[in-house]
Amino acid sequence: MSAPTTQQVEPRTPRRTLRGRPELYTDYAKDQALLNTPAKRFWTGLLLLAALVLPWMPFATRAWIGNLTVVLIYAIGGIGLNLVTGFAGQVSLGHAFFVGVGAFSAAFLGGSPGRAAGGLELEMWVWLPLSGLIAMVIGLAVAPLAARVRGLYLAILTLGLVFLGEHIFREWEFITGGFIGRSAPDPIVGGFNLYQRQEIFGVDVTREAIYYTFCLVILVVMALLARNLARSGSGRAFAAVRDRDIAAEVMGVPLLRTKVVAFGVSSFYAGVCGALLTIPFGQITPENFGGLAGLLLSVEFLAVILIGGVATISGSIIGAAFVVLLPRVVEIASQYIPFVGGQGSGAFLTVFQVNGILFGALIVAFLVLEPRGLFGLWLRVRNYWKAWPFSY
Amino acid sequence: MVMIRPLSEALTDTSVDLPEGKPLLEITDLALRFGGTRAIDGVSFDVKNGELFSIIGPNGAGKTSIFNVLSGVYRPQAGSVRFLDRSLLGMRPDAIAKLGISRMFQNIELFDNLTVLDNLMLGRHQHLDYGMLSGMAWVGKAKRIELTNRRIVEDIIDFLEIEAHRKFPVGMLPYGIKKRVELGRALAMEPKLLLLDEPVAGMNVEETEDMARFILDIRAELDLTMIMVEHDMGLVMDLADRVMVLDFGKRISLGEPEEVQNDPAVIAAYLGEGDEGPTLEDEIAESKGGQDVEEAAT
Ligand SMILES: Nc1ncnc2c1ncn2[C@@H]1O[C@H](COP(=O)(O)OP(=O)(O)OP(=O)(O)O)[C@@H](O)[C@H]1O
Ligand SMILES: [Mg+2]
Repeated sequence: MSAPTTQQVEPRTPRRTLRGRPELYTDYAKDQALLNTPAKRFWTGLLLLAALVLPWMPFATRAWIGNLTVVLIYAIGGIGLNLVTGFAGQVSLGHAFFVGVGAFSAAFLGGSPGRAAGGLELEMWVWLPLSGLIAMVIGLAVAPLAARVRGLYLAILTLGLVFLGEHIFREWEFITGGFIGRSAPDPIVGGFNLYQRQEIFGVDVTREAIYYTFCLVILVVMALLARNLARSGSGRAFAAVRDRDIAAEVMGVPLLRTKVVAFGVSSFYAGVCGALLTIPFGQITPENFGGLAGLLLSVEFLAVILIGGVATISGSIIGAAFVVLLPRVVEIASQYIPFVGGQGSGAFLTVFQVNGILFGALIVAFLVLEPRGLFGLWLRVRNYWKAWPFSY
Repeated sequence: MVMIRPLSEALTDTSVDLPEGKPLLEITDLALRFGGTRAIDGVSFDVKNGELFSIIGPNGAGKTSIFNVLSGVYRPQAGSVRFLDRSLLGMRPDAIAKLGISRMFQNIELFDNLTVLDNLMLGRHQHLDYGMLSGMAWVGKAKRIELTNRRIVEDIIDFLEIEAHRKFPVGMLPYGIKKRVELGRALAMEPKLLLLDEPVAGMNVEETEDMARFILDIRAELDLTMIMVEHDMGLVMDLADRVMVLDFGKRISLGEPEEVQNDPAVIAAYLGEGDEGPTLEDEIAESKGGQDVEEAAT
């Protein structure tokens, strides 16, 4: 051993103390880390790995990978709504409008010019972030108005956006293609089409698998950014405004600015969600995002955060899986349940109606029984096992 | 491991250099009406630099209203409020907070869903000078600033002896601890003027003693100017440098504790409360005698 140098050596906790006590924090940086327990590190790693290898499993059909891709994209939109509604407490029914803005921006920026509509044929690395930014700018423009009302009035004001959106999407043909809509842009990055069967290192890869993997990466990045936002000063400001706005202001949190920022970030996430959604949709029309269908889409996103867990990022992902996959499961199950059938089959209940009933019941059940959503249920299970065999 | 530092090393910006005799806060002819009620009716007073100034008075006298005017929550109809030679009138609460005024609320106003740590970190909000994007990336500047402020918050947690509750959502904590967390959040703002609205209301004797000790320690360590509204007369007479008495929004007395105690106008005001209200002397005797002061506070 060499003699200790005169250099200042950071005092260290001896390894002996640390071994077997992974939850003993020796500095605040470790305590503040996102994955601050071994269990969190393990499960996050495992889930990520599972998500990555999933499309390569023999049982993964193209249709199912497509469904899972929609889950990933919905999760991005869900995180966006959770930021403004779950964290900042500003209930928005206008989320579908911003998703629509993102979708049509993407279609215009990335699509080719058609009969009535223009198109810039840009590559995806331009149109994807730009669609988010355009939605964000519109969100920032609307926010100062929205930030002045609260509760039911805010819900109604943001609902108005959806119907305003339907009108704009229909009339502004040059951008949106008008009534019949327009086709999705090509997701080309550096000449490489992300939605086309490709041979990669001699392996034949389906377009669904490629696009799924791409969306997974985008989701991971955006979820990480949102988690950081939530634990930083801005995230705390959101929660303060949600819980007690006057106290927040007295503590030095600017009320209007905080709400506007929350709307802006949320709209960015919605815009990216919409842009990504164009690809699995293939063709996008004003009916996808405006009017009654838009309202339904907004409610679906509310279901994502209510079922998944208000003010949690991981909850938004679980919620998205639930909301996107449940109708598919119902569809499959309907073949085995006698009084449920497809549209026009003359059955007592259509699949569509069963979905509506299930969602309604689930939202009410979660609101009443477990406001923290599936994430809250998970916490209960975890705490039960932590405390086992004690029941308190 | 991080060493515990004295509070004065964590919070360095709480005392003000003012020329001798220059008050920190000057209020003149302040008037605030709600419809027909005159909550504040032509009140004037100064708070000296470094002083512990106390405001007392029967229920509804207008004490909390003065705090609400000071922190920008209420807009007075007339009068002037000057702090560090600037007028506070028309300023938004968050701007006033930036100037260096922080407060505890009469009815606890903590962020119930957040942990003790996050509540105190919110007190540091105006000292976090990194942008939202930097926060989202959580590298470099944002991370560094979060860590230094976390340390300051930990020092306050140590000082207030609430280490065990650090990671609990404050909504679940007992009342006495919540009051401490609220004091901690106000301290974390590193204010130049601290407003305490009934800091020991509803507390038992030991909790009251603890709170008194914290207030004395804060004075000794930080040289921080404070205004305290309190119904616990024992506490006011022991701690305050000067006392102002309000009744129906009007100032009826101002001076050192002994002067105010013997002021006929004050005695009359407290006697005038009739059968349901305790007299000033009763209240002093009661709190000094170690009785529960809850009744007097509500
Ligand atoms: N927001 C408000 N709207 C209407 N009236 C109000 C409002 N705030 C205070 N008041 C009235 O102003 C008067 C002074 O109230 P304030 O809360 O300042 O009294 P206080 O001295 O703090 O009393 P307490 O000892 O009960 O806390 C009361 O008559 C009260 O009803
Ligand atoms: Mg009061």
